[in-house]
Amino acid sequence: MTTVDTPTAVGKKMHHWYSNPWSKIVIVIMAIMWTIPTFGLIVSSFRTKEAVNTSGWWTAFALPMDWAQWTLENYETVLFSNGFGNAFLNSLAVTIPATVIPIAVAAFAAYAFAWMDFPGRNWLFVVVVGLLVVPLQMALIPLLRMYTSLSLNGTFLAVWLAHTGFGLPLAIYLLRNYIGTLPRSTIESAQIDGASHFDIFRRLVVPLSVPALASFAIFQFLWVWNDFLVALVFLGGTPDVRVLTLALVDLNGNRGEAWHLLTAGALITMILPLTVFFALQRYFVRGLTAGSVKG
Amino acid sequence: MSDQDTGHHVDPPGYGARPPLKDDGDKVKSSVLGIVAAVTLPFVLLAVFYGAFLILRDSDINRLLIVALALLIGVAGVFALYWVMNYSIDHLPERLRVRVRPWAFVGPALVFLSLYLVYPAINTVIISFKDSTSDGFVGFDNYVFVFTDEAMLRSIRNTLGWIIVVPAVSVGIGLAFAVLVDKLRRGEAVAKSLIFLPMAISFVAASIVWRFVYSFRPEGFGEQIGLLNSIWMGLGNDPVAWLLLEPWNNLLLMVIMIWLQTGFAMVILSAAIKGVPADIIEASRIDGANEFQVFRRITIPSILSTIVVVMTTAIITVMKVFDIVWVMTNGEFGTEVIAERMIRWFFRFGNNGRGAAIAVVLFVAIIPVMVFNVKRFKAEEAIR
Repeated sequence: MTTVDTPTAVGKKMHHWYSNPWSKIVIVIMAIMWTIPTFGLIVSSFRTKEAVNTSGWWTAFALPMDWAQWTLENYETVLFSNGFGNAFLNSLAVTIPATVIPIAVAAFAAYAFAWMDFPGRNWLFVVVVGLLVVPLQMALIPLLRMYTSLSLNGTFLAVWLAHTGFGLPLAIYLLRNYIGTLPRSTIESAQIDGASHFDIFRRLVVPLSVPALASFAIFQFLWVWNDFLVALVFLGGTPDVRVLTLALVDLNGNRGEAWHLLTAGALITMILPLTVFFALQRYFVRGLTAGSVKG
Repeated sequence: MSDQDTGHHVDPPGYGARPPLKDDGDKVKSSVLGIVAAVTLPFVLLAVFYGAFLILRDSDINRLLIVALALLIGVAGVFALYWVMNYSIDHLPERLRVRVRPWAFVGPALVFLSLYLVYPAINTVIISFKDSTSDGFVGFDNYVFVFTDEAMLRSIRNTLGWIIVVPAVSVGIGLAFAVLVDKLRRGEAVAKSLIFLPMAISFVAASIVWRFVYSFRPEGFGEQIGLLNSIWMGLGNDPVAWLLLEPWNNLLLMVIMIWLQTGFAMVILSAAIKGVPADIIEASRIDGANEFQVFRRITIPSILSTIVVVMTTAIITVMKVFDIVWVMTNGEFGTEVIAERMIRWFFRFGNNGRGAAIAVVLFVAIIPVMVFNVKRFKAEEAIR
């Protein structure tokens, strides 16, 4: 032990003082509080109807080796009798194009906003920033009428285009902020070498912007997959196009107390976004911070 | 590469790509062909898009094929669209090229934005002055309804409650957690993931998760299987039908939103906290500041702008929420919110006028946030 506290020693001491057990306890309690609702849902989805209906899910751990209480039947019922299997495919059919199309459209626009000169560029981008917060509710009624006159209602195309329109402000905003930070010298030297804007975009900007493109892709994927409102209004609940969120709301409405099915159904809707989230968390967080905090 | 291009030439399209020409005859032929192609290709592409539109709209072919076709159009088609526009612009007179090209890049995005946000928003304002089927004008009748109907007034009151409670609590908890976890030597990533995880879950699924927690069974209908009632009974009370318990059921719905939103606030704030320069914190510690003083005098002022951003984001999300109420209580038992009323009137009751008026009220309430965002953006651009 030294008697003189060097600056680093003070820092360390403070650090030590701070990581006292209390803060750890608070963290652990919070983590448990945040996890336990989902955990209860997962446990219940694997219990038999009988077990779910007669005892709380936590009692399952009193006798975890009692195999009679565990089952996969809930998933079988929900997937095949309640149409969740089909709804899962519909959700994929909605989500993949609705993620890809806005990225393509937004990337070109973002490049123009960042690196091309045209009259009105600045105020048009201000409009995009303003559109970021316009509530979806403002657009639904006229769009539904427009779709009705084009007989687009209830088609996947209707939802893809709607999600493209609604996702564009954030996409353009995020991508333009990223593309705008690419080194000016790189872009300019390519121009001097005779490359057109189209070539610069295709050969230089897109490859360099992969992190931003990926983080928006994850955003849009989660947003579309988890969307209920747009699917409800423009796609509807007919079984051949019904997406997972609608299937889950239907199950909740018709079988409100069938917890063995509701829990399994909810988990099916969560599997893919949770996988994407855990696999690509880094990009997702990067996108979030880029969107909200000036780097 | 062409030597006609000089450094100050900003937009040198075509030069680099055009092959060397042998004689004048070839030159004329190829440029005529090029112009013909430049004029016809856009129409060919439009025809292809229209055909794809009809197929995607009307055909009953396999879902997988439709998705594959959509992806083809969405990726290859969109790229072809830009390529063709670019090609045609290359054949414009040189002075026009520089002026037209940027519009080819932003054009499609602007069309989408106008068609899906700007035009509908204006139209919604007009519809809000019309009757339920949008046939005749009714003046301010729909707005009178919005501000006199009992359920509507309740929804405005409740939405105000959501705006006050949810952002404050989720940002507060998120900040506290971000500060605590920042000091952790191990397990920071795991702890953050657990709080952040609900961000990936839909509002609908989250509502099911929490309906299960709040579940209640009347006497004679079996055991209480809801977590909350079980804890409540463990404390020696009788079970409660939580979601029917006015006005507290509103708070219980807000808990779901807090559960979903805290992770977002925490992650953003955590990133901001890590950005506070370590030497400033170190220096104040040497000056004898304790951890709380460091937090209040250094950390909070440094991340204040981030806190404001997270707050406004949370406010906007909260104002638009409708799924949670829709699933949990169907807007009954005094839990109405504005966004839920809008969908109810427009979609369930088929009253366009009232739905539109509610949407406009919601939008007007969001305008201050919009102005604030634009101002912040302009200030940031000034620094750039």
